[in-house]
Amino acid sequence: MAVINQTSSTTKAKLIDARGPRFSAAITTLVLAAALVTQSAALIALQLVVFAIGAFAGPAKTPYAFLYKKFVKPKLKGEVPTEDARPPQFAQSVGLVFAIVALAGSLLSIPALFTVAVGFALAAAFLNAVFNFCLGCEIYLIAVRIFKK
Amino acid sequence: MNSLTPLVVVLVLAIAFGVWYTRSRGEFRKKKTVNGPKLDAAVIGVELGSRVTMVQFSSAFCSPCRATKALLEDMVKTMPDVRYAHIDAESNLELVRKIDIRSTPTTLFLNSDGVEVGRAMGTPKRSQVLDAVNAIR
Repeated sequence: MAVINQTSSTTKAKLIDARGPRFSAAITTLVLAAALVTQSAALIALQLVVFAIGAFAGPAKTPYAFLYKKFVKPKLKGEVPTEDARPPQFAQSVGLVFAIVALAGSLLSIPALFTVAVGFALAAAFLNAVFNFCLGCEIYLIAVRIFKK
Repeated sequence: MNSLTPLVVVLVLAIAFGVWYTRSRGEFRKKKTVNGPKLDAAVIGVELGSRVTMVQFSSAFCSPCRATKALLEDMVKTMPDVRYAHIDAESNLELVRKIDIRSTPTTLFLNSDGVEVGRAMGTPKRSQVLDAVNAIR
């Protein structure tokens, strides 16, 4: 059996306000719902840029996080709940992949591809916003098990 | 093509999944037959508890893992016959495959022999952990 590594998942955590990503997921839900109904490539392109910022710079650097800090956070009282930045950053990366697939579907005139990709991204954002669904918890380990020897 | 149909389908499926997800997280699922592999200190990194050992698997992209770890660490302080082990799933893939861990956090409840009696996926409530631990003799 391999040597037990008990701490690597908790040692280098960068903490952010846990309510920020959930607020961002709510905005993402609205944008993706509008994109799905109108089949709008422009809205997906916009959301793709937001996902890319979240995936590469971090979930606290997106325009939605800016809206949260500017308008929502000052109104909230009580202790700030914090969370590791990596789970929402992982979710933004998954969102980015769906947005790229959706945009490809639009550019290649495959509306079904667009609809399915936006549908999955919308479901994930909605579940995150309403049920506090943790995408990284459910799919990351499965992906590692499949791709890592 | 403007249609509300895809939106409605996605939202209905997501709500159904979300309700199931919320209800099933943290729930202790008892194994029908306790016949799994025996885990020991060499595998989980801590000595087995004299009655129960809780073994939590975590990963980097998992917010509820932190809350689960804090809860279980706190609970074992008052339970001398129960011990807690925390394992990073990604760096212990051999073990993860062997006992089929699919999502994080997953907490195994081992009996005094180190055999899994049941498991909980997601962050359990304090009462759910107490019930699970109390059911193991």
